[in-house]
Amino acid sequence: MSVEENRNCKCECEQDNKVNCDLRREMIQEIRCLEFAITELALYLDTHSEDEKALCLHRKYCKKLKELKDKYQKVYGPLTINFPCNKWRWIEMPWPWERGNY
Amino acid sequence: MAMGKGELLMWTYNKTLQYPINIKCPDPKLAKVIISQYGGPDGELAASLRYLSQRFGMPDQVSKAVLNDIGTEELAHLEMVGTIVHQLTDGASIEEIEKAGLAPYYTDHGVDVYPVSAAGVPFTASYIAAKGDPIANLQEDLAAEQKARATYEKLIDLCRDNPDVLDPLRYLRQREVVHFQRFGEALRGVQDKLAEKKFYINNMNYNNR
Repeated sequence: MSVEENRNCKCECEQDNKVNCDLRREMIQEIRCLEFAITELALYLDTHSEDEKALCLHRKYCKKLKELKDKYQKVYGPLTINFPCNKWRWIEMPWPWERGNY
Repeated sequence: MAMGKGELLMWTYNKTLQYPINIKCPDPKLAKVIISQYGGPDGELAASLRYLSQRFGMPDQVSKAVLNDIGTEELAHLEMVGTIVHQLTDGASIEEIEKAGLAPYYTDHGVDVYPVSAAGVPFTASYIAAKGDPIANLQEDLAAEQKARATYEKLIDLCRDNPDVLDPLRYLRQREVVHFQRFGEALRGVQDKLAEKKFYINNMNYNNR
């Protein structure tokens, strides 16, 4: 991808399929939201470990995140190196600084 | 990061940014100042190394966890700042690089993101403090979060015309506020713990156990 294309492209799969792209964006956004909520809850729980409500939310979000990440990675490629694949897609997908998984 | 059964529990790279960044118009002038949050005195690299170094000597479980987890989050912020700098300079012409005052940087580092301050001073370990004293360290961390917040506020002023840059900078500023809150709670816990035991100010027991 040239610099110019890269600059104007909002999403690396836009050319392929608009519907597919919107779905991917929606999924990665939900993954990011869950990751953020878990990070934030974990920091809170570090200093409020007795808070049952926060602990319950943390459990709920972790479960949801795992399901969603499994679903995303099966279709769009691995987000971490500990996701098993038949083909090494880790090096094919653009990196976050190149707007990969944006 | 919470993992399911059978997954690795260590530092694992997640191939996504903590908060999305897509800068449509490169602006090397902004990159020149934002790089301070990469390798400057109150930047994310200094923050991460400060907390991850201090956690070894902490006297209670809460402060170890807080330092470990915030130090880890700062690494994600380091990647975000690096991404902002990369996207602000990606595709810029040599004339734009010169006009932004980045010719000296370009000479030594090209298109790599190198840890320097806005004034071009390379990163140094003297930006981080690990004093071997839990109270001194946590007070240092509280100040560090406020200094990082203040730096982001100055960058937000300087980037007022570029919404693609403003958005992630506002996010990063907000995280400093949350970290400050958690360090304050950790400090109170350490003070309580040290108060409940006999604690001598000249104690030679170096890690205050």
